[in-house]
Parts: sequence; structure tokens; C-alpha cells
Amino acid sequence: MSFLKRITTAALTVATLAAGHAAQADEQYFPLQSYRVGPYAAGGTGFFGGFIDYMTLINTRDGGVNGVKLVWDECETEYAVEKGVECYQRQKSHADIAAWNPLSVGIAYAMIDGVTADKAPLITVNHGRTDTTDGRVFPYVFPLLLNPYSETSGIVNYIASKEGGLESLKGKKIVVLYHGSPYGKETIPIYDLLAEKYGFTVVQIEVPHPGNEQGAQWLQIRREAPDYVVLRGWGVMNPVALTTAQRNGFPVDHIIGNVWSNSEEDALPAGDAAIGYTAITTQASGNQYPVLQEIIKTVYDAGQGNLSDKSRIGSVYHNLGIVNGILNVEAIRIAQAKFGNRTLTGDEVRWGFEHLQLTPARVKELGAENLFHSINVTFDNHEGEGYVTFQQWDGKKWNVVSDWIAPDWALLRPIITKSSEAYAAEKGLPIRTSEDADKVTQ
Amino acid sequence: MSTALTDTPLQSPNILRHWPLIALLLAAFIAVPAFAPVYVMEAILLPFLALALAGVGLNLLTGYGGQVSLGSAAFMAVGAFAAYNIQLRLALPLPVTILLSALTAAAVGLIFGLPSLRLRGFYLAVSTLAAQFFVQWALTKFGWFSNYSPSGVISSPSLTLLGYNLDGTTARYLLALSLVTLITLGVWAFTNGPLGNDLIAIRDNETAAQIIGVPVLKTKLVAFAISSAIIGVAGFLWAFTYLRTVEPAGFDHDRSFDVLFIIIIGGLATLRGAFLGAGLIVVFPLLLSRLSALAFGGMIDSGVLELVQRIILGTLIIAFLVAEPNGLAAILDRAKRRFARSI
Amino acid sequence: MDWFGFLFLIEVTIGGLLSGVMYALVAIGFVLIYKTSGVLNFAQGAMVLFAALTFVSLVEAGVPFFVALIISAAIMVALGFAIERTVLRPLANRSPMTLFMATLGLSYIIEGAAQIIWGTEVHRLDLGISNAPFQVAGVFISTFDLVAAAIAAVLVATLTAFFRWTRTGLAFRAVADDQFAALAVGLRLDRTWATVWAAAGIVALVAGLLWGARLGVQFSLSLIVLKALPVLVLGGFDSVLGAIVAGLAIGASEKLAEVYLGPFVGGGIEGWFAYVVALLVLLIRPSGLFGQKLVERF
Repeated sequence: MSFLKRITTAALTVATLAAGHAAQADEQYFPLQSYRVGPYAAGGTGFFGGFIDYMTLINTRDGGVNGVKLVWDECETEYAVEKGVECYQRQKSHADIAAWNPLSVGIAYAMIDGVTADKAPLITVNHGRTDTTDGRVFPYVFPLLLNPYSETSGIVNYIASKEGGLESLKGKKIVVLYHGSPYGKETIPIYDLLAEKYGFTVVQIEVPHPGNEQGAQWLQIRREAPDYVVLRGWGVMNPVALTTAQRNGFPVDHIIGNVWSNSEEDALPAGDAAIGYTAITTQASGNQYPVLQEIIKTVYDAGQGNLSDKSRIGSVYHNLGIVNGILNVEAIRIAQAKFGNRTLTGDEVRWGFEHLQLTPARVKELGAENLFHSINVTFDNHEGEGYVTFQQWDGKKWNVVSDWIAPDWALLRPIITKSSEAYAAEKGLPIRTSEDADKVTQ
Repeated sequence: MSTALTDTPLQSPNILRHWPLIALLLAAFIAVPAFAPVYVMEAILLPFLALALAGVGLNLLTGYGGQVSLGSAAFMAVGAFAAYNIQLRLALPLPVTILLSALTAAAVGLIFGLPSLRLRGFYLAVSTLAAQFFVQWALTKFGWFSNYSPSGVISSPSLTLLGYNLDGTTARYLLALSLVTLITLGVWAFTNGPLGNDLIAIRDNETAAQIIGVPVLKTKLVAFAISSAIIGVAGFLWAFTYLRTVEPAGFDHDRSFDVLFIIIIGGLATLRGAFLGAGLIVVFPLLLSRLSALAFGGMIDSGVLELVQRIILGTLIIAFLVAEPNGLAAILDRAKRRFARSI
Repeated sequence: MDWFGFLFLIEVTIGGLLSGVMYALVAIGFVLIYKTSGVLNFAQGAMVLFAALTFVSLVEAGVPFFVALIISAAIMVALGFAIERTVLRPLANRSPMTLFMATLGLSYIIEGAAQIIWGTEVHRLDLGISNAPFQVAGVFISTFDLVAAAIAAVLVATLTAFFRWTRTGLAFRAVADDQFAALAVGLRLDRTWATVWAAAGIVALVAGLLWGARLGVQFSLSLIVLKALPVLVLGGFDSVLGAIVAGLAIGASEKLAEVYLGPFVGGGIEGWFAYVVALLVLLIRPSGLFGQKLVERF
């Protein structure tokens, strides 16, 4: 169907890259461990599509980052850890690596030792291992914008705002329906903690992987009669949850999706059952933002867009890819300001990420106002205090229905530090200070 | 089991008869660490060794014993998680850790091997999927197994033997290679020993075996236990020497099918088969993706490329099954004979 | 148990039975093929995915519903014949394990082809059947599930009629009873196999449409075979009736276990519970509830 078109666009990209290569000595390389087939293809094509589109925009519009061209190649992982590791081994021999972006917790885990030895940053935007937020222990790992704990806090704060403040949570009941995997279970203690702190009841129910049958779980939910259901799903589990909720008469506008239950692909297959469904996000969807308009104009109208289906421009995963592109590119730009406008080493880019501070004003300059809020990464906070917002599905697209909400970082930080310090002790790792962070390998 | 591991089976008077094997071992132990690039060891040889060992283990059960199991990955997971917990909680020397994790896998294998006393064929095969799903569920469900790691994924602790750190690529490769060599020799001795003969007798005709006095129940269970123990060590290799990370999802039913593929394609009831099959399953997809990357120069979307590869792999599997019912090992034998005749 | 608790128990049971119908629907495809050719066709899941993707892509391209249905059915029949010609015939008389492996290879090919031809996007499939529940004496029942159960019943009735009253059906039963005897009286084995694979393709289409409407049409659709396998073991690989009874039994027991036992072990036990039930029954009846007693060897 779109096969021929894909070949031609890819050929064009290669041609442009080759031309760029001949003219430009300075390059920064992104190894992309993407996944475009298999059960999680929808996330992979959207995210890596957005990331590549943004890098193409920077190359064509600006001639690279201060003259340094961005180059990349893709290695298919199918979201499988061993394939991701093979890709890592294959791609790491390439020179001038800027940062790794596998978009998979499992692959990221398998790479932590490797990238630390290579001194190259590993970006796990919106996901990843929560305690890597502590940059003192994990110098090269960045769960940018939102780690799973902050997501939990953001969702609870949103429910509170709907109910009229944190005090109103007292006596309420929330069911968390989670995917039966390490990812799904990760936030169990945090919901318990917040329930205790704010005085609501929480019941956490597991859905076995892959989640294509949830009759029992929703019957349990009906018996519990909660005020809200939080959906911590993944892949096919999400639409099935929505249709099963409808069959059991649970109101869909009281179901709140987490950050991996918030895409078009999660809501669309559920049809009518999804209308009114609300989900958290760090990046608003839609293509009305200036940066997206430029991508449409500069990249897609020139036939160089990465998405084969143009209707997916501005979708949740595509926009996440674009925001991820902005964060990577700005980290390079910030590092260049210190080390010079040239190809940087991985450690220099790491320094850039550790100074990745984008105020709302700077985000506006980048054409991404309201696409995402801001970020404030430091050497010891690798998440960077991302804000979240909530969007509601109207049957065709998502619409933003809340302000930007801040998670309760101060409450979560001690739990994160405890876990990261335990890891440091187990592995015999040093705790970095800000002086250590300023030592950069060139 | 320990006797099987320590018996040295190379008592053949004519040791020169084994020259190709000896040359291969020399190359693997000396030439590879000296000359092979890190990529080859990390991305090809380490997964190859782990899966080949799993193949050797399953072959004992399926090839020699005639019992089909679709739960190999579960026993790999048991081996990996047992090794992690033993090292974390007891801090024993590495060889003891490996032995204990093999024993743990053997114990779990025994439990799930019990149905084999009653069931046959696909009924048994599908029942072993119970092990597959139950083990994965238990490892995810109970945080104790992963030391309450919030995301359930655990990194492999550092490997040390007699005070030497084995975390480097070459050291891990040599560790894996030594274990695989030792265990394969052990299995060779086992299959040529009395218990192995009993096992083959049961596979070929259970009733007849019973009549001539083979202890059927005991032999079947022993086969399940030894096979699971070996597969458990393969899981240890997969998690500790190859991926360096352990998560239950990495041991799903697809991995079980991979192991079964390996022995069917490689050749049932041959030791070479497991290695040939593992070579095909590990090396072939990489070769294909490298070749097509070279041929198309990145002109095709990596996703489409992957799908094309999958179709080719599927076609090849069927083609192999059609062409040679006894697997790659038989093809190799034929080639050797032809070669011998020609000189 | 109070009145509400009792109603809830009824509701869980009904919900479980209706889910069981959906499992049985997938399992029937396996049974058809196993019965005639002794192959455990692991590619059944891939066929379900392929059928649903073909149908939904045609509908999205503007083909009317029934035309799309007929075209998809024709494609599935063609696929069945092609599989018989290219995979089964060359592998005739091989061990069941070899054939099983071949169907695993086949599932790679079909999954790959389906995604290359129709893409990897997630599709919405709307069959126009309401998903909303209605209440009977305080018990919620889903219209969709009832319609699905009715469709499954019609499918089983059609299959039964086909095998009872048509010549091909008669040949099918002859082959299932005794391959060699069937050959000896001059039946064409290959033709029977091709027909059966085509029938399994149609069953895959029906299962794909009903499951696709629930899940959305996407790669995960092929994973529903994991729900069908314990049903097969419990019912016996070679019994259509067994598949239905076992489907109902597993659907109900799995839901009851998840709701009433789940909380004691932390929930999420559905993934393996069905296998354990099947296993326990097998320990008493090694060929399932309705399976024929055969000695198999690999």
C-alpha cells in the first residue's frame, strides 16, 4: 500500500544525508533502536516518526544544530530486549553518538552498564526506571519529563482537582487496573502511599498480559463501585478495558488513563465506548502548534515526512517523538554553547542534558508553547520537573481539558533517593557531586 | 547428575578420530578471544552459547526421551532468577551458585514433569505451557524474586571467580564456553550410558521397555530433572553472561518456541543438532538483516525489512522441514560423507 | 450469601460462559484441522489476524460490508488451498511434531505478509452490534456477547450440517476415522485436507471479526490462540463438541477463580489458571473430556 512511497521517502532521506555528509564534516549521530512491527508497532512508528521528522526539520530548516548535521540510522527491535541489545552492540561502533533513545524499559535496563562505560546518554522520555531520576547515581540515564511516580502523583492531583481539592479525596475510592508486568506493578506502592496521605481507598487489580479478556476484572470493579478507575495499561489492554467497562455500565468519563494508555491507538478501537475517556499526557496532541506547522510545511510538503499515514501527524506518539526531538536537540545546543559548535562527545552531550533547562518562554520560542510546558534538568534531577496535562477523547481526537499540573515531586524524592542509594550500595557505585558532574570527557 | 558432569567421556582410544571437534574447541577457546571483535562475542556468540545449551537440555528430553516441552523458557527463567537470588542472599562462590540454580530448575522441572507420567504428545506439550505461564506470573507477582525492584527488572550482579572479575566480554565468553563444553560432554556421557539407553528405549516403545525391566517412571522424571537443570544453566548464561539483565518478560513462550525450533531444525537426538540449530536461529536473522541493509542501503523502512526477514525465516523453516526430516545434523553428515568419498 | 452476592455470582458465571464461547470459537479452527490431518495448527492465530486485517482494510477502502465479507472469505479459502499445496502435501506422513513446527514457520509467513500488505496500524472494527448491556433481574448481560454466542452457534450448526450431509463432509469424517482406509477406498486425501483448511480459514474469519470488534484489529489478535489452547487440551484436540463444552467450562471457571480466588493470591491468575484446570482434568482423563484415546509418538 504505502510500501513504494516509503521506499522513495527513505531513498530521498538517504540521498540528502549522503549529500550532507559530503559537504559537512561535523555530524552528530543518533542510533535509533526503533520498533515498527509487532504488538507495539503503533507506539514505535509514531514516536520514531516524530523524532525523525523533527531532526529532518532541524537539518533542512537550520542546516543542523549550529551547522552540525544530525544523522541517524534505525535498527528494528520489535520491543524485544535481546534485539535491542544486538542493535546497541551494532550501532555503538558508530562515531559521534549523541544519545540513545530506545523507548523500552527492558532495553534501557540492559544498556545501563554499557552506556555508563561508553559515557553516552540514555534517554527514556516519559518512562524508564524511576530511580534513574537520581543523577547522582545514574550519570548517563535520563527519564526526561515524567517518571512513573510523578505520573501517579499527577493523576491523583487531577482527580483531586475534579473533586474540588485534595481534601475532597477523603473517603473516595479509586481502582487502579494495571497490566500484569513489571511496568504495570511499578506504581503499586505509590498509590498506596498517596491513598494513605490523602485518605482515599485504593484497590489495585491486575490484568494478565496481554489483557484481551477482562470480564472478571470489570465485574470486580462493579462490585467495588469506585469513584474513579485509573487505567495503567499497555497495548491491546486499553481498548478492551474501555469496551468491557461499557458492557459493565461503568461511566467512561470516570476512567483516567496513564501515560501509556493515552494514544489514539488506545482509544480508537474501542469506538463509542471511548468517548469521554480522559488520559494524562506530558505533550498535548494536535497539529496546531507552530513547530508542527513547520514540520508539515518543511518536511511533509517536501515529501520527506516519516509517517506513512499523514493523518497521524500531531497524534500523541508523534508529538511525543517531536518533543523528544526538541529535548535532544536543545541538549546538544546547550552543550555546544559551552564546548563549541562542533561534534560533541557523548559525555559533553550528557553535560548538555544535565543543563537542559527550558523555561516556558524558551519553549514558546521553539514553537512548542502548550505542546509541552517546560523542563528543568540538573545533575541530580534527571527527570526535570515535567508538568502534565489531561486530554479527553471525543471519538475522533483528543482535546486538552486541564491546565498544566505539577506532580508532588518533594513527596516522591525521598523514595527515589532511597532506591537509588540502595542500587549504588549493591553495585558499589559512587554518589556524584556537582563537581563530578562538571568533569567532562572530551 | 554430578557424576554425569564430571565423567570425562573422551576415553576413546583413537583420540585423533575427534580431530575436527578438537580443532573447533581450540579455535573457540583460543582464537576467538584473541581475534574476534567485541560485537561478535556480545551479539552472536553469547546468545548462541546460551540457546545452544538450552537446545542440548531440551534435546535430552525431546530428542532422546520423546517428551515434548513448550515450557523451556520457564526453566531458563527459574535458573536465572535462582542464580540472582542465591548470589544476592547467600553470596556463595560462582560454581556453587550455578550448581544450586541448576538444582532449583531441576526441582521445578520435576514438578511440571509429573504430568508426563500420564500424558503424551500434544496434550503433554500444551500442558507444559502451564509451567510457562505460571512461572512468569509468579516471578512477576512476588517481589521477593526480584528483590523488590520497583520495575521488576534486575541487573545482573558482578561475576567473580577465585577473586577474578569476569564482567569483561572475553571473560564472560570464556565462562559461557567452558560451561557449555563441560555440560555437553556430560550429556554425551549420559546419553551413551545406561540411563540414556533406558530413555531411548522408552521413547521407542514404552510398553516394550517396561517389559524388559526399564524403570519407566523414574527414567522419565530423571530426564525431566536433568533437562530442566541444563536449561536452567542456559537461563543463567542468557541473563548473566549475555543480556546482563533479568526480567520475566524476557522468558516468554516465544523463547520456548525458539528452543524447540533449534532442536527440530538442528536434528533431534544429536548433540550437534542443538548447536547447528542455535547457529541458524541466532546467526541467520543477523546475517539476513546485515545483508539486506547492505543490499538496500537503508532504502527500505526497517519495519518492512524485519517483516520480510520473518517471511524468509518462516519459509526456510518449512523448506528445511520438507528437505530433511532429520535436521541440519543429517545434512552435515551427508555433506561429510560426500566429501570423504570425493577424496 | 446475601441476595446481591448471589446475583453477582450468577453474573460472573454468565459472563464467564459467554467469554468461553469466544474461546471455543478460536478452538474450533484448531479442531477441524487436527481431526483430519493430525496437525496442531499453530498458525491459526496468524490466520485470525490475517482474516480480520483483510476484512477491515477492505471496509476502510470503501468496500461494502457484505462484499468485503465475501472477498475475505474467498481469500481465506484460497489461503487454505495454498497451504495444503505448499506445506502439507510435501510434509505428508511426517511426524506430528514436524508438522507442528511447519505451522509455526507458517505463522511467521502469514503474520509478516499480513503486516506488509495491510500495514501495522491499529484499526477500529465496527460490526454494528451494540456493546451496551441490558439488565435481566438485576444481572447485566452484554448484547454483543449474546450476538457473538448466536453467531458461534450458527457456525457450529453449519459445520455440523456440512459434515453430516455433504459428500465432502462424509469424506472428512472418513479421513478423520481412518486415513488409510479412506485412501484405500479411493478418497482424495489432499482434497479433503484443502477443504478442511479452507473451512478453518472461514472459522478464523468469523473469530477474527468478533474478537477484532472487541480488541481492535491489531497484531495482538494473534495472541488469542493462547486462550484457545487450554480449551483444546481440556476438550480433546479432535472434538468440536469438546471444544464448545471445554470453552464454556474454562470461561466460567477462570472468571470464578479470578473473582473469588484471585484476591487471595494477588490476582492476575487468569493467564495460567485455565492451563492448570486443563492439566488437572488431564491427569484423570489423558485425552481430554471428549478426545479419542490414541497413542501418539514423536
